[in-house]
Amino acid sequence: MKKFWAIFFWFWPVVALVLCVMAPSQGWWFPGPPGTQMGERIQGLFELILGIVTVTFIGTNFALGWVLWQAASKGDDKKAFYSHGSHSLELIWTIVPAFVLLFIALYQMDVWAEYRVQSFYPEETKQGSVAEFMARQFEWRVRYPAIGETLKDEAQPGDLYMVNELHVPAGRPVKINLRTQDVQHAFFAPQLRLKQDAVPGLIIPVWFDVPKAGNYDVTCAELCGWGHYKMKARIVVESQQAVDAYMRKLQEEQTEDGFVEEAAEEE
Amino acid sequence: MATVSPALHGHDHADSHGHGHHEIGFIKKYVFSTDHKVIGIQFLVTTLLMLMVGGALALAVRWQLAFPWENMPFLGDIFGLFRTEGGQISPEFYTMLFTMHASVMIFLVIIPVLAGAFGNFLIPLQIGADDMAFPVLNMLSYWFMWPAIFCFGTSFFIGGATAGPAGGWTSYPILSAIMEAAPGSGDAQTWWLFGLTLVGVSSMMGSVNYMTTIINMRAPGMTLFRMPLTIWSMFITAILQAFALPVLTAAGFMLVTDRLLGTVFFVPSEIIVNNAEPTVGGGQPLLWQHLFWFYSHPAVYIMLLPAMGMVSDMLSCMCRKPVFGYKPMVYSMAAIAGLGFIVWGHHMFTSGMNPALGMTFMTSTMMIALPSAIKTFNWIGTIYDGNVKFNAVMLNCAGFVALFIVGGLSGIFMAAVPVDIYFHDTYFIVAHFHYVLFGATLFGVFAAIQFWFPKMFGRLMNDKVAKVHFVLTFAGMNGTFFPMHLLGIAGMPRRYADPYFHTYLEHLLPMNQFMTFSAILMGCAQFLLLGNFAYSILFGEKAGRNPWNANGLEWSAPSPPGHGNFDEPPVCYRGPYEYSSPEAEALGQDFILQTSPPPAGVKKADPAHH
Repeated sequence: MKKFWAIFFWFWPVVALVLCVMAPSQGWWFPGPPGTQMGERIQGLFELILGIVTVTFIGTNFALGWVLWQAASKGDDKKAFYSHGSHSLELIWTIVPAFVLLFIALYQMDVWAEYRVQSFYPEETKQGSVAEFMARQFEWRVRYPAIGETLKDEAQPGDLYMVNELHVPAGRPVKINLRTQDVQHAFFAPQLRLKQDAVPGLIIPVWFDVPKAGNYDVTCAELCGWGHYKMKARIVVESQQAVDAYMRKLQEEQTEDGFVEEAAEEE
Repeated sequence: MATVSPALHGHDHADSHGHGHHEIGFIKKYVFSTDHKVIGIQFLVTTLLMLMVGGALALAVRWQLAFPWENMPFLGDIFGLFRTEGGQISPEFYTMLFTMHASVMIFLVIIPVLAGAFGNFLIPLQIGADDMAFPVLNMLSYWFMWPAIFCFGTSFFIGGATAGPAGGWTSYPILSAIMEAAPGSGDAQTWWLFGLTLVGVSSMMGSVNYMTTIINMRAPGMTLFRMPLTIWSMFITAILQAFALPVLTAAGFMLVTDRLLGTVFFVPSEIIVNNAEPTVGGGQPLLWQHLFWFYSHPAVYIMLLPAMGMVSDMLSCMCRKPVFGYKPMVYSMAAIAGLGFIVWGHHMFTSGMNPALGMTFMTSTMMIALPSAIKTFNWIGTIYDGNVKFNAVMLNCAGFVALFIVGGLSGIFMAAVPVDIYFHDTYFIVAHFHYVLFGATLFGVFAAIQFWFPKMFGRLMNDKVAKVHFVLTFAGMNGTFFPMHLLGIAGMPRRYADPYFHTYLEHLLPMNQFMTFSAILMGCAQFLLLGNFAYSILFGEKAGRNPWNANGLEWSAPSPPGHGNFDEPPVCYRGPYEYSSPEAEALGQDFILQTSPPPAGVKKADPAHH
């Protein structure tokens, strides 16, 4: 029976590992490949940590199972090894993990800087944001500047509006202004590996560069009320021409009502 | 005051023991008791009941995730009383469920079961004192729990059953600051904040008491480095509480005044929530996050360190070996506590705070993994080549170590800021903190209940039932929480009433159903614990003073100890972990009580010199 317990503590990590190995083929893994270059680097960092953690997981669980197995194999009357520890072992398992952890921390810095520190943002994003992405309970409101204009923090008369759909050009870095109108929300684009909270009172610039055209999900990742789960939007990444055409269509829909002149005179 | 002279004080009690204590009436003895043991047991029973409440809330959450919008079995009928939709969980009810699950589990189970129940019961016994330094304060610390429970309970119903507090246990403003923000942001949120404050008052009274008692009332010979690691952990926890709690209490008051008196600490201007009047502001929602996490990150260690200390004690006893690296264990706990104050920002990597802070908090957070790693290696070292007793206490302790490994390692992903961009607020974090708080802390608590049960009630718990409880809980726990890592990697956000609303999450439904079945198994297994607990109080096998052949001072007292604890004021001669030492062998046994005078002719072993 004693050996059963040692095997018990060996058995479940094996199940856990098998589950993780199976996961990508079962769809229990990332929602598609990273949609941005930044996402690829984040995924690379994830895989680096995953490697280190897997080795540690196997090592420590094997050790735990082994000390139990060894104890289970001995008779009840066997005297325990009288020891208060080992100074050199303590040094080893302090210094080695310290360097590994410090390495992990330092290795992450440049990706973080590029993602969030504005002076590290790509040149193309410095001309301004293509749109304002405003969260509210429970939808995302997109505000584009009028064609040929630049985006202002305050709404302008010619601005173009859309709900729950953002169109951006493929293949170049774009920046959006993330805001919230009411409570705190968070912009989460899982396929693009992007997340940023939208904080009341702040305008937070978020940039991304999606090389491949397509539709990408946007969800809310900060509890914002009962309809938190419903804040579904999408980012449509397409060619610059398609974006331009979309803007013209928006402008037409929002400025032309069919009997412009008469209505204008009556005003 | 007698507290500065513990031996004398204890002696007084020993003299007066046996006469004068019969006159204590039932109410003073068992209800408004000032005896630390009774208070500890009161805390334990209360928290076990609250554990079942929190568990029921969790199962309702799991039900919705596995069978969204389907009527709940059993519980649905009960909740249906308050609701028009019958037993179906509405989204606002769902947000209330997870908010209250977290609030109950953290504030009414984990914190009070460690510091309140075991801290109270063990501190005087393990340091050889006759009671706490401030017995009345101690009694008040328990009785302030009930108003807190009342406030949390009121918050459930004040706005109708669907409008319980729904801001999450973190209660970020604006959602929690403006009445109109959500159905649960009305009076329910205010009552929730009162409950939080009262829990804080209770904890603060406890922690003042623990610090004073541990510093002033140790038995002669009980030097700091002869204290069991349980006492070290309680001491460090009390310090953490004392320094961190005022910040939360202050933040709570600020939020209450924002809500009731029209201040704007956390409310910026021009915010229109739910068609309410625009706010007149100037405040900062991020301020709340800083203040909240400045408490709540150290609180994570308040919820873990005592379990670490107790597990070290129990592992050493069950392996009949000294703790591997006693001093490194103490120093690493101190390091966790110290670093614990400068890592709170890792909860806020995506919050929009200054990105430079992200880098500093990442480095400090990575560093806090180090003492945890040292402790894990030392636990494995403690088991190594021991004469291991494979009873339920040992198994729960080994379970603690195994699950803490998972919780610790998964934390590294989220400590790394760029990786956290993706994992923040997904199920990965839910997996992580459940491995630490359930996997580690609660398994430590299960072990501690069985280990100290004979000291509390003079009887042993049934080991076979306890083993079945361990296996079922361990299997249910892993079945519920391990797949959450994969859900997180698949990008499933937390706190979603219906994740399948999003097409990229649809295929995760079967896995969620499996997890729910595991959770139900785990929930049912807890009735074994409660049953075993209740049955053993009345009918368990009788235990003598020292059923585990352990070394601590508490095992030299009668089981259960009378008022004043010890027959005579104990004197401590050595560290608490001298199992299988030459001194013990000289007595023909593998343990030697801290109170046993050194046997003649054996060289004194002192763990302080290593």
